[in-house]
Parts: sequence; C-alpha cells; structure tokens
Amino acid sequence: MRGLHLIPPGVNIGFISRKNLFFVFSAFLVLSSIGLYVAKGLNYGIDFKGGILMEIKTTAGPADIGKMRGTLTGLNLGDVSLQEFGAPNEIMITVQSQKGGEKAQAAAVNSIKKALGDNIEYRRTEFVGPKVSQELLMDGIYAVSAAMFAILLYVWFRFEWQFGLAAVVALVHDVMSTIGIFSLLGMEFNLTTVAAVLTIAGYSINDTVVVFDRVRENLRRYKSMPLPELLNKSVNETLSRTIMTSFTTLLALLALYVLGGEVIRGFSFAMIWGIVVGTYSSICLAVPMLLYLNLQRRGGAKDTDSNKQEAAV
Amino acid sequence: MIYFAKWKIFTILGVCLFGLIFAAPNFLTSRQAASLPSWVPSKQFSLGLDLQGGSHLLLEVKVETVIKERLASLVDSMRTELRKARIQYGNLGVTATGATVTIKNPAQLEQARTLLRVLDGDTTIATSDAGRIDLTLTEKAIRDRRSAAIDQSIEIVRRRIDETGVREPTIQRQGDNRILVQLPGLNDPERVKRLLGKTAKLAFHMVDSRPVSESLAGRTPPGSIRLPSADQVGPGGRPREYLLKKRVLVSGDTLIDAEPTFQNNEPVVSFRFDTIGAKRFGKATSENVGKLFAIVLDGKVISAPRINEPILGGSGVISGNFTVQSAQDLALLLRAGALPAPLSILEERSVGPGLGADSIAAGKIASIVGMLLVVVFMVVVYGRFGLMADIALIFNVILIIAGLSVLQATLTLPGIAGIVLTIGMAVDANVLVFERIREETRAGRTPISSIDAGYSRAIRTIIDANVTTLIAAVLMYQFGSGPVRGFAVTLAIGIVTSMFTAIMLTRLMVATWLRRTRPDTLPI
Repeated sequence: MRGLHLIPPGVNIGFISRKNLFFVFSAFLVLSSIGLYVAKGLNYGIDFKGGILMEIKTTAGPADIGKMRGTLTGLNLGDVSLQEFGAPNEIMITVQSQKGGEKAQAAAVNSIKKALGDNIEYRRTEFVGPKVSQELLMDGIYAVSAAMFAILLYVWFRFEWQFGLAAVVALVHDVMSTIGIFSLLGMEFNLTTVAAVLTIAGYSINDTVVVFDRVRENLRRYKSMPLPELLNKSVNETLSRTIMTSFTTLLALLALYVLGGEVIRGFSFAMIWGIVVGTYSSICLAVPMLLYLNLQRRGGAKDTDSNKQEAAV
Repeated sequence: MIYFAKWKIFTILGVCLFGLIFAAPNFLTSRQAASLPSWVPSKQFSLGLDLQGGSHLLLEVKVETVIKERLASLVDSMRTELRKARIQYGNLGVTATGATVTIKNPAQLEQARTLLRVLDGDTTIATSDAGRIDLTLTEKAIRDRRSAAIDQSIEIVRRRIDETGVREPTIQRQGDNRILVQLPGLNDPERVKRLLGKTAKLAFHMVDSRPVSESLAGRTPPGSIRLPSADQVGPGGRPREYLLKKRVLVSGDTLIDAEPTFQNNEPVVSFRFDTIGAKRFGKATSENVGKLFAIVLDGKVISAPRINEPILGGSGVISGNFTVQSAQDLALLLRAGALPAPLSILEERSVGPGLGADSIAAGKIASIVGMLLVVVFMVVVYGRFGLMADIALIFNVILIIAGLSVLQATLTLPGIAGIVLTIGMAVDANVLVFERIREETRAGRTPISSIDAGYSRAIRTIIDANVTTLIAAVLMYQFGSGPVRGFAVTLAIGIVTSMFTAIMLTRLMVATWLRRTRPDTLPI
C-alpha cells in the first residue's frame, strides 16, 4: 500500500520569482486591516469594553425577540442588543457598560432578570466592570507583544537575526490580518480571540521555522547556488509537509467550527483563518524576505556535497 | 535505528501504560472513581465552571475605607487628648495619610507635641511653621492594615459562603486587594452576591431624645449622629431619619451567635453576646430603662425599640421589617461577622448547568469527528506509516488526559478546543519525519538508512518548531485568566506529549516493523 502524494514529488513552483506579487498582496492585506481597524474598529466583547452578556433560553416555545427588545429597551440601559444564538429559543443579550461603576452593572443584571420574567433559563450571565475590562485588554496586548518578542529571541538564538526578523514580520502580518478580518466581518473580539491570536502566532512561527530549518540546511549544503534558487528549492522541498500539517489541523478545526457549539465558533473561525494566512505567510512572505536581509553564507564558495546530492535526485 | 535499547523500550511502553492508568479514572463517574481501592490512581481532572456550570465572582476590597476609618479615629483621639489638656487648637482634620492640627498658642506647642507624639505608635510627628503639627501613619502601618483587612475579608467571605452550603467553593486572594470566588454548581449567585454586598457592621446606640426635626433644620448636635431608617419612609418620600447618640453601646463583634426565629408570628433574629458584650449590654439597659435604643446595621437603623427592663441574660431579639429570607440572611451575616471594608463585584461569570452540558456534548462530538478525519486522512496519505502515526495520536490524547489528571488541571471549553487543535497539530511531527523519509528514499537511500536519516534530521526541526508554540502557551497562561488558562494548559501538555509520541512511540513501532519484515522498498 503506497501513500498518496498531496504534492507531487520533485515539485518546483516559482515562489521566489512571484515574490513581488506576494509582497503587494500582503501589503494590501496589512494596510487594509489597519485601515479597517482605524475606520471601523473592532467589535469588542464585554471582556474588553465592559458590560453585560446573557444567554437565555425560553422554555415555552420560540422567543419573541421583538417583544423582548421592547421590554429591555424600556429599562433605559443604553445600548441593548438581542440576537438568536444557535436555536430559535436561544437568545444572546448584550448590554453596554453601565455608568456608575461596578454596582450599577450588578443592578442592571437584576433589573433585566426581573423584566424578562418567568419561563426563562439563564444559560450564561456575565458582567465585566470597567476596571477589569481595561486590565483584560492590557493583559491581552501584553501577552501578544510578549509572545512576539519571545519568539523573535528564540528564532534569533537558534538561527540568525535575519531569520528572526523575517519570522516576526510574517507573524505581525498574520496577527494584523486576523484583526482585520474580525473588523471586516464585525465578529466579536474577546478573550478567546486573543487566545486564538496567540495560538496563530505559535502555529505560524512553527511553519516558518520548518521552512527556515531547510533553508539553513541547504545553505550549508549548496554553497554556490544562487540565493533565490536555493530559497525556492527549500520552500518546494518542505511544501508537502507544510500543506499536510495545515490540512490535518484544518480538518480538526473544521470539525470544531461546525460541531463545537456557538460559544467557541469565533475561536475556531479565527484559528482557521490564522492557519491559512500563517501557511501563506511562511511560504510567500518570510522566505522571500530573506533575500533582502543580507544573509551571511559561511565558508568558501565551494559546493561540498551538492554534486553527490544533485546526482541522487 | 532498528535496535532500541531494552531500557528505552521499557520506558516508552511504561509511559504509555502509566498514561492509560492515569487517564482511566476520567472515564468513570466520580462515585465509581471514589470507590476504587486506594492504591489505584483515582484522580480526575476537574471541569471548569464553563463546563460544569457555576459562578465566578471577582471581588474588590475597598481597603481605602479601612485607612479612612483609621484616620478618623486618629483625629477623634487627638481631639480628646487636646481638649483634656486644655490646649487651644484649630484646623483639625484628615490628610492623605495622616492628620493635621494647628496649635493656636505658641506657648502650648511643645506640650501638644509631647502629647501627640505618644498618642499613636504607628505615626510619625512633624511640626512646621505657625504651630502646625502633622501626624503621619507609617508606611508599614498602612501596609499591615491593608493586608490584615484583606486577610480578614477573605476569612469572612469564606464563612459567609460556607454558611450558604455551596459545595467546594474556591476563595483565593488575587493581586493586591482582590478576592476570587468560584462557586461550582451555583447557577444563580443572587443570594451570595446579596450576602457579600453587605458589610454587616452591627451597633447598638441610644436614641437622642431631642426631636429630629430640630437637627434637620440646623446642624446635628455634637455627640450625636443622624442615620436613615432601613425601611421606614419619612416625610417627602425619603427614608425616615433617626437622631442617635454617637457613642456605640455595644458593637456586633461581641456577638457569638444569631438565629432566625419567630416572635408573634413575625420573623426576627435572636442573638447572644459573649461575656463582655453581655455585661456592657446589661449595664446599658439597666441605666436606660424606658428609653429608646437603636439597632444599626451598616449605617441604617433597623429598629429602635424601647428598653422595658434591663436585659441581663446576654441575649436578645432584633425585630424589624423582616421576611423569612431576610431574617435568615441577617442571622447568617451576624454569625459570620462583619467585613472590615465593603466589597464590590468587579466581574461575574455564571454558566447554567444546561449550557455546560451542551458544551461538553458538542466538544466530545467535535473531538471525535476531528480525530476520525485526521486518522483516516493519515492512513490515506501514508498507508501503514499513517496507521502507526494514528496509534501514536490515540496515545497522545490518552496522555493529555492523564497529564490533566496528574496535574489536577481544569478542563475548560477552550481547553477542549486545545485538545482538538492538538489532534490536528500532533501529527505534524510525524508528517515531518515521514516527508523526510520520502525525500531520503527518493534520494536513493535504502529503507533503513532513509528512515534513520529521516528521524535524525527531522528531530531538530520538530523541537525548534514546538518550542515556539510552547512559548506562546506559557505566555497565554501567564497573562490569561480562567478559560484561556485552561486552553494554554491543554495546548502545552499536548505539545509535550505529541513530541513524545511522535519521536519515541512511532519510532519504536517503525523500528519493530523494520526488524520483522526487512522490506526492500518502503510503503510510504
């Protein structure tokens, strides 16, 4: 029984020769993400902007959202939004952060419960006061920045600074475009999204490191091969693995997205996006960037064992 | 490569066996697990509040209140001392961390200084121009006071929650002045929130016999205070006000017991004093027969009954406008004791058992389907080798569960997501090795030498690639809270176990197969 080759052996796609196309595309992705972030902003969940979130289930038939909206708007709590959440009798209510500090939030939760009356199962009640939401936001920013810095250090330590820099640029690209897609689609950005962003960072760097590892190996092996050719060879040699791993991860994530329930759908979506973008950026962004970073090639210009290797291919 | 040292084989199989044993209890119900003999591992990982349902409350102790009270009492004792010594003073008041007073007569300045210096051991004294004296609380005193207030708050919160009968609550200090309370299985924390929202400072005062309206018009007479009623409404729709003597007859900290009970078919709270409290209460009631005294809780007058006869037995009854529930709550609060400072709720997250159960069910299905997809896919792509990777994958999940149990970690919904994600990523190490083996085979190596090269060359890449993800997981744990931490934990455990299963376990399987069959070509 012989295995299936997703990528035919000996494949040679001109990734490096198309580098300008990729650079333009990535620049577009990042710039439009920044633009969206500035113009439209993010749909922060209550974790980061404070406020109240309730997930309720009406026990007597489907919910009358219109009527509920009327009832809750009458409470004068500011912005109130209701949406169906998974099933016709399940509704998610979000209410903006109340003026008057922590006490006011708790009071608002009580008045909502009173207004909605009986026949309602409270599946989830959360409120986050202004103090905590500020801290959670800062913690999230610290965590993502610290992760990028630590990864930069590690890649620098294991490789050379050029690799570290290219890896982190690719990483920033992935993180920014994830924020961009969340802004574009208006999806809720909350604590689990930050967890997803951190995982994307780890995953994307994982992909990049595998390709870089091959670049380093080939740099030692083919001392006189022109750099663009060498980089392209490295990408193609690892392409099969890159696609395989991304594919298995995507399979698992798709299962999670479809079957994992409403609560973690945003998380799964972010991860799926991150895997796709992360795979793209490792191959099409991080590697071509090495061309411009003045890679040092050690030793003379002699091919030590390339002849033997080439003959063997 | 083909031959593994015996000890290595034992270690690898041993780890897998331990994984099985430690993971097994999680597939039993908690009662079954508890009934296992003691030598069998029976630890189960616990489910996060988002899965089993429950309430998470983050409380903040308003410590400034404690310092403020401390400063107010400092000012009080300064006033008393200066008056006693007949020293003329002005501008007596509280500063940010102390108190200040100006001595009017320069001749008395030195006397005042000596007097105030020994007044309070926790203060330092400084004099400046124009007879001004500043007493400042030392930093140590402030720190000790804060820290004691928080420790005491945690203790009181614990007592109050224990009294409500919630099973296995977690109450821990967080940061400088916060308390994290986790109440598993409690869907509607309204009662707990209500109980924690009260300071429950109880005090008995004599009622000032002068009419309140007089003080309402002008200033409250010195030595008296004006307090609102807890439930009676006065003129103009505002709470009725009482004029009370400022001096506390007896305070709530001398109570040793309180119970809800009935008097004339009305819910009331009966209480008992300790010996000191009983003596004071007896003396006060003997001296004031026929007068009114007030029962004050958190600055509000619950009731103001008449003293009909001296109460010498050290026990009494608080009546007021109680319902059965509120009488029960008050009794509970009095038994548990007063909080040194008010608490406010910064954050609440409550999940009902229904949603938790749905999340578990969805998570289970997603994990199983995700795993099946990956397992099938690996066999399609790598054939026999894929099958070996699949066995390793199953052990990987078992080892994650074992790891969670041994570390007594908490499985949250994002944690389940972490497991599903690890299932997808765990095969990565195997994919790296297998692709390398394919390359080496294409380069013309023999099966054994390509497998050898495949493993030895891929391992470095595997480690580099996984360490970076591990870094992200550690930072997530460091900065994250609750559910996100659960994700970080499963992700980190998953990375470590996947490296073990890919590098050790699959390798052992591949080597055994090689030794048995000695193939001429590799079916990969």
